This record gives sequence, structure tokens and C-alpha cells, in this order.
Amino acid sequence: MESQAFQKVYTKLTNITKATVTLKATDVGYDEIASVAGRMAQVVKITGEDITLQIFEGTEGVPTNAEVSFLGRPPQLKVSDELAGRFFNSYGDPIDGGPEIQGELRDIGSPSVNPVRRKQPSQLIATGIAGIDLNNTLVSGQKIPFFADPDQPYNQVMANVALRAKADKIILGGMGLSNDDYLYFKNVFDNAGALDRIVSFVNTTENPPVERLLVPDMALTAAEYFAVDKNENVLVLLTDMTLYADALSIVSNRMDQIPSKDSMPGSLYSDLARIYEKAVQFPSGGSITIIAVTTLSGGDITHAIPDNTGYITEGQLFLRRDSEIGKVIVDPFRSLSRLKQLVIGKKTREDHPQVMNSAIRLYADAANARTKLENGFDLTDYDERTLDFAKEYSDRLLAIDVNVDIDTMLNISWGLFGKYFSKAEVAIRENLVEKYWEN
Amino acid sequence: MEKENKTTGIVVGIVANLVMVEVNGPVAQNEICFITLGDERLMAEVIKVIGKNVYVQVFESTRGLKPGSVVEFQGHMLEVTLGPGILSKNYDGLQNDLDKMEGIFLNRGEYTDPLDRDTKWSFKPVATVGDEVKAGDWLGEVDENGQPHKIMVPFKMNGTFKLKEIAGEGEYTVDEQIAVVTDENNNDIKLTMVQKWPVKVAVGGFKEKPRPFRLLETGVRCMDTLNPITEGGTGFIPGPFGTGKTVLQHAISKQAEADIVIIAACGERANEVVEIFAEFPELDDPRTGKKLIERTIIIANTSNMPVAAREASVYTAMTIGEYYRAMGLKVLLMADSTSRWAQALREMSNRLEELPGPDAFPMDLSAIISNFYSRAGFVYLNNGQTGSITFIGTVSPAGGNLKEPVTESTRKAARCFYGLSQARADGKRYPAIDPIDSYSKYLEYPEVQEHFAKNISEDWLQNVLDVKDILLRGKETMEQINILGDDGVPINFHETFWKSELIDFVILQQDAFDSIDASTPMERQKYMLSKVLEVVGKKYSFDHFEDVSSFFKQIINEFKQMNYSEFKNDKFFHHQEALEKLINERAN
Repeated sequence: MESQAFQKVYTKLTNITKATVTLKATDVGYDEIASVAGRMAQVVKITGEDITLQIFEGTEGVPTNAEVSFLGRPPQLKVSDELAGRFFNSYGDPIDGGPEIQGELRDIGSPSVNPVRRKQPSQLIATGIAGIDLNNTLVSGQKIPFFADPDQPYNQVMANVALRAKADKIILGGMGLSNDDYLYFKNVFDNAGALDRIVSFVNTTENPPVERLLVPDMALTAAEYFAVDKNENVLVLLTDMTLYADALSIVSNRMDQIPSKDSMPGSLYSDLARIYEKAVQFPSGGSITIIAVTTLSGGDITHAIPDNTGYITEGQLFLRRDSEIGKVIVDPFRSLSRLKQLVIGKKTREDHPQVMNSAIRLYADAANARTKLENGFDLTDYDERTLDFAKEYSDRLLAIDVNVDIDTMLNISWGLFGKYFSKAEVAIRENLVEKYWEN
Repeated sequence: MEKENKTTGIVVGIVANLVMVEVNGPVAQNEICFITLGDERLMAEVIKVIGKNVYVQVFESTRGLKPGSVVEFQGHMLEVTLGPGILSKNYDGLQNDLDKMEGIFLNRGEYTDPLDRDTKWSFKPVATVGDEVKAGDWLGEVDENGQPHKIMVPFKMNGTFKLKEIAGEGEYTVDEQIAVVTDENNNDIKLTMVQKWPVKVAVGGFKEKPRPFRLLETGVRCMDTLNPITEGGTGFIPGPFGTGKTVLQHAISKQAEADIVIIAACGERANEVVEIFAEFPELDDPRTGKKLIERTIIIANTSNMPVAAREASVYTAMTIGEYYRAMGLKVLLMADSTSRWAQALREMSNRLEELPGPDAFPMDLSAIISNFYSRAGFVYLNNGQTGSITFIGTVSPAGGNLKEPVTESTRKAARCFYGLSQARADGKRYPAIDPIDSYSKYLEYPEVQEHFAKNISEDWLQNVLDVKDILLRGKETMEQINILGDDGVPINFHETFWKSELIDFVILQQDAFDSIDASTPMERQKYMLSKVLEVVGKKYSFDHFEDVSSFFKQIINEFKQMNYSEFKNDKFFHHQEALEKLINERAN
């Protein structure tokens, strides 16, 4: 921890809880950071001379006579091009054995972008995965999470998306990442020869949970440096935001706040929005795109964390194992990219919107047919055809191992329409059918 | 509550954006104050007073704020500035003009003028010297983007006044004197085009607020046809995320037959506002030929902007709406989403350590929501003219559960309910308004029924009710088919089900991204509904249940092609003929 000359040092704590300490001090600013027995802490409450500090590492072993000094500034990160290729902890200190970063100190958690200065996102991000590109097209400046159960391969899909997305910089914010997953990301990026485009801020499961609260702001401060100062397209990966929210609830609980739904703090929506809304297309060409992971417990999306997230982000991606084909697919029903309307049929082929909708509708018909089958009813000829269609559609398009361009995805869809259905059953605008229908 | 000497105080406590101030004089609940932090002045509002300690919610980040900072109280509540030049502006929740702010990021403590002080407006007097005038009476008008913007006696002025002087026709800035009135004690009061009003107080100045009776066309079929909203009516759209709330709201704000559209983006996504910024200046208003942005005011307090200003934003929007209503205009106010506003209330209530109500919302949530909705309405002004505010709010129910406090409270306040259904959204049946659960209380109003009979057709109401019955029967039949199996029910069950599907596909479902289908004028809705009912009213013979679905799918396809064609052009009639041929082959 840095120290300054002639700094006033306090040595009398009046209160200690699991995450906070209180002491009497003067001339302290809100949000200011302090050092408590060498641990980093932040001012979270001021009542007269009583200052309450949240200690990120926790208070285990902190004595009432611990040395406390205030640093007179909010948490900061040194930014420069030297960040590229490096790994840092939640405080922005290198953990890869490399040298300290030289650069400009910036406050983390900076102000919001003026909405009238934002540009409308319009750049398509191609991933090769049809479950994303065809049905849930991503756009730069978007924020979108994977809603996934903990056993699903979300980190692998996310790493794939990141590497194929052609971003200038990829910033990984790892919160409560297992050491294995941390090494996985490191290896994948290394093997792809992409390490020089990656900046990582990592809090692993070995680190104290409250430290995670700093990770998104650190990652996004670095992202803003590259997007604003360097006009780069930056992709930020945040995994796992559920663990971030859990850390928020720990702190609010320690501060005796009244919990709202699912023991989460009442400010959860604003807390998450502050992070996700950093996704932006700047007028000067730079952009920040956020792809996050929100793990679910038992697939429950009504829990406060995924629920609030869904209202903030521009869609969500669901992974699901399709037992028919034995592969993980991007679920076409529950997944959604809100910004796809900005690019589909505009940056992609004109038939994209209608092909996408018809295919999903037919896939839904197949789901109904399957229900009938399970209930022991006879299937009609149409039902049978939808089931065959669904299987092939799932295998050739929805599976996460697909890697083709969007025109090919559309051609495959038309091929499937022609193979299994009549034109009336597909019900697409006549002029498109005339142009693209395959027999 | 105007005061001679301003009360001041010093900061003694800080928790996030709740600041405790020790004061040296009188303060009022909801009074505005400024906290000095270095060179910056942070605006805040009084929300609780205990002895000398005043709790204020700060409309900005409090980072770096220290105890001992000086606070200056302003002697008034949060006010908006009203005058010509509000149209097509982009404001934040406190009515700062966002376009006037410098730089890409929002700077703390930067407050900008909501009006343009240098612009000259061509003023035409409408009142004459010697007239008796009251608050809200029209003195003159200027042309604002083609709308007659009335210059009124300020709403704050109580009593009756005599017009002593009025400016002649000519060019004036908003701050120039345009009239002088004398009060009962012969004091002269000089008036300009600008006035201020506290946002949390409803603007009066009208004669009467009758029950709404005129249809407000939105071009959205499942609203206009099935559950219409009226001019001056209230409605709300609850729906889980991903069910198309925002797309529906945007569609309504683009198409609705209103003079002024105010969009309050309250704690929602910034990119959605950017979409409006990008699209509205390009899109034509079909009624005036002008650009949509010219009739639109945007209040953008997105989710990452300060939470206290989010709470203020809906009031700011409503007050601006009331101002334009007093000019005799039809105002449509959309708030997306009122749940975020309620959450802002919850965050403050929580910091104040108030005893919480359900889901930790404040106990008076229901009263606050009802009070807000009651500010909408259709009014007769003092001069006999009419004006209206139609209010549609979206609600984002936590976990998609419609039993949560915000939805429940809103249900008590709003007259139209447009519930978005997850199942319909999953099936890509957009707009996902549930046709069975949704309702419009206005259908029961005799004055609305009379309006329909006179302006649409005598049998319109009956047709609409029939459609609702068919949809309900269709749903019941589908449940039976699901239980008993396709061949376990008589063939006419399938017919009943598919007739409701026909209505669903042709009338209810609408492609908001198709240039033609996106908006359907009432005349076309009437035509299509009668065509569909004609098909539904016929009896058909089928040998096998599979024939039923394939027959109706063909019908639906032809109808959909009609929806995609220009009304009554060759293609439209081509598909209509194909349709009639199909029906004649099959009908008994």
C-alpha cells in the first residue's frame, strides 16, 4: 500500500464487524480509500466524525489499534498501453511477475456517458456461431450476458466469441474465477497468439470475496482508456456477475441495510446498471462491448440477480444441452439480442429477419409436437416433419460448435425449409420466397 | 415558501447519495439545496427533517464530499422552466438540456438551461387589453415546430388579473416582456414567455376533467381494436424482460395520434434512448409531414444516471405534459419504466432506514403511483377548448411476477392493462399482449361506446366483444385438445381453435419492423376485422382434423400477405381474391 509523507495516522478503531471498521477521523471524503493495517479500505459511511470503512480483504486479525491512514482519493488505476498482455489483481497490481505499469492515474467508477453523445451501435460482431449470429446477432457497444447453469461451458463459448470477434482489445474481469478457469483463459488466449490484446483483472476463489467489487470498475476503466483515448473496439468479458452481486449483498448485510428480494440490496438494479451501461459506441469510433456471465441456480431466471440483469442488458444468451443431438446449443426461445434489429437485414442479407423468425416458429412447433408425443398422442404428418426439421436445425445451426458465415447460415435455413415444408407453412414474404426458395 | 434570507447548513453525515445537513434556519420538505464541493455545486432535495438535522437526497455522486461542506437552501421545490423551445429537446430528469453539456461524459455539478434564451419567437397576441385573466389563460401564441404554443398567465398566479398591456405582433426572445397584468390591489406584474412550476404539484388551470370518451389511435391493432385507450386515458404495460415492452412503446410513440409525445426514459437502457435520438429525426409524422422529433420531447434519465434524478424524471415529464395540455393540445406521455422509478423510491427509503412495506418498497408506494396516474386526463380549459394527457407506463415486474407491489399498485391506478405474456413472446407472437388477460375499462364507458357507434360503426363494439369470445373459446378448446389429443375431440373443436388462431395471426400479431404492417389506421383495422369475422362466421366441412390446420394456414398466409401490402392496392386485392377462392371451395 502506498503511503504519503506527513500523513495523519489514526490508531483507534471504535467498531469492527466482519467487513467494516469504524473510527473517529476528520477531513475525510466519501468514497475515499484508506489503508487499515496495510489492507485497502474504502469510506462507505460518514456520520459526523465517525467514519465507517469497508475493508476489502475482510477484518480477520485487524486489531483495535490498527494503523489507519487516509489517501485522499478514490480507488485508481494506472492506464497506458503497457496494460496490454498483463494480468492484475482486483487492486490493479500485477500478478504475473511483470514490472509495475507506468502511466496516468485514473479514478475508477468514472461518470456516465451523456446519452446524447452516444452513437447508435451498428457494427455487427460475427462469431461464426449460428445460434448467436443468425438468431441473436451481437452488435458492438452491446451488453449481453450468458445465463447459464454452473455446469455449462459458458467460459469456453465466451472465449471463442472473444477470439473470433476481432476486437482490438479484450479485457477479462474475472470475479470468483476458479484457478482452473483462470488458467484456461490464459492458455486459450496464449495459444491463439492473442495475449498482447488481452488485459486481465482477476479475483480468484482464493481471494476474499469483497475484493471482487473492484474488478468490474478496474476492467471498465482500462476499457475506457482504450476506447476513448485510443479509439479502439474493446470487448469486456465479466465472469461471473452472480458472484459480484453476492459480494454486494455481503456488504449491504454487514451495513445493516434492509434486504429486498432474495436478500439482495435494494440498489442491486442501479449497481448492476452502472457497470453494464459502460457498454457504448463512442462517436469517435471506439466502443465498449460487454459480454458477461450470470450463473443461475437451477435455471431460475426469476431470482433477483438474473432478473435485474435481464432488465439492464440488451438481451441474454441461454445455453442448453439438446439430448436429441447430444450437443450444447444456444437456446433459440429464451435467448435474445435486442440490438440485432440494428443489423439484421441491413448489414446482413435482406431475408435474415424473416428466415430467423420462421425457423424459430417451426422449431417451436416441433417442441409442441414433442409434448404431444410425450403425452402419448399420435403425431400428424406436419408434426413428424417439424421434428425432423428441428433435429437437423439444431445440429447444423444451433450447436455451439458451428462456425460458418451468416450467408451460409441463411442458405442452410432455406435448404431445410425446402426439404421439410411447403411455402405456405413457412409463411415468408412472397418476394423473398421467390428469390431464395430451394427445392 | 419564498424566503428573504436563504437558510444555510453544513454537511454532517454521508451515506451514498443521502446526506445529513445541520441547518441554521427554516427549511421545507422537498426544498432544493446546493452542496458546495470544491468548485462544484451539487443539487439535492430535502426528504426528511429531524430537528436541526435535514436529510437530503443528492442528484449526483457524492464521491469526495466531506463533512463541513456548506449547503445553501433555495427556498423552492424542484421546478421546471416552461416556455417555447421545449419541443424536440433532450433533457435529463432535472430538465437539464443534455445537448448543451460539454464533453462525452456527464460532469458532476453541470446544470444547463432548458430553454434557448437567444432564439426569437414570432409572437401573436390573442388576448386584448382590459381582459380579465386567470392562471392558465392564453395571452398570445408563438409557432413552435408548427404547433401553436400558447403563452399563458403563469400557473403560479392566484386570483383574477386585468390585462394592462400586451405586446404587438413581432419577434421576441423568451425573456422579453410580452404583457403586463394588474392584480386586485392595482400592482403591475410583468410577464415574459417563461414560467416555472414545481414538478411534484399538479398543474391546475382548467375548468373540468370529464371521463375520457374519444379513442386515441395508436396503429397497434391489438390495442385499438381489442382494448382501446382513450384520449386522456391511462394504461400500463407490464411484462417480463424480453417480451417487447420497449418495441411496443416505441411503436406507440411513433404512430399515436397525438400533437405532442413525451418520452420519459426512466432508469432504462441508454441505447434505447439513442435509438430514438437516431430514428426520430429521420422518421416522418404521417399526419403533419414533419419529422417525428419535432413533436417529441425526451426526458432521458437512463439507468446509470443518478438515482434521485430518476425519481424526479417522471414528474418533470408529467409537468411538461400538463403545460402543453393547458395549450389545448393532445399530449401522449410514455414512461419506461415506472418500476425503475419505484426502485429509486425504495433505495432512498432504505437509506432513510424507514420500515419497509412489501418487497422493501416504501409503504406509500401505492398512493404515490395513484397520485401520479391521476395527473393524466382529458380536460376542458377555461376557454372551452380541450386538451389531454394520455399516459402509458411500462412496468418491469421482478421475476415476471404480476403479483409484485409495483404491478399491483399500478393495476389500481391505470384503466387499461396490456399484459405482455412470456409464452407469446417465446412463440414470437408479437406484440406479446395477452389477448385474454388484458383489458380496457374504457370499453365499458357508455360515452366511449357512443363514440365508436358514431365514428367507426354501429356494430363495432359487438364485433370486438365477439372477437374476445372467439379468442377465449379458442384457448379453452386448445386446452381440451391438449388433454384429449387431436383425434380425441370432434373435428369442430379444431375448427374453433383455428378460428381463434386466425384472429391471433391476422389481427393481434403485427410486425413492428415492417414498414406497412407496423401501423394500421383505424379504417384498415375496421376493414380487416370485418373480413376476418366474415371468414370466421362461415361453416366449413372437413373430413379430417389435419385438413383444418392446413386450410386455416393457407387462409392465414393470404391474410398476412394482405397485411404486408399497401391497403387496397393490386397486391392486396390479389391476395383477397385468392382468399375468397379458398373459402368458397371449402364453405358450406
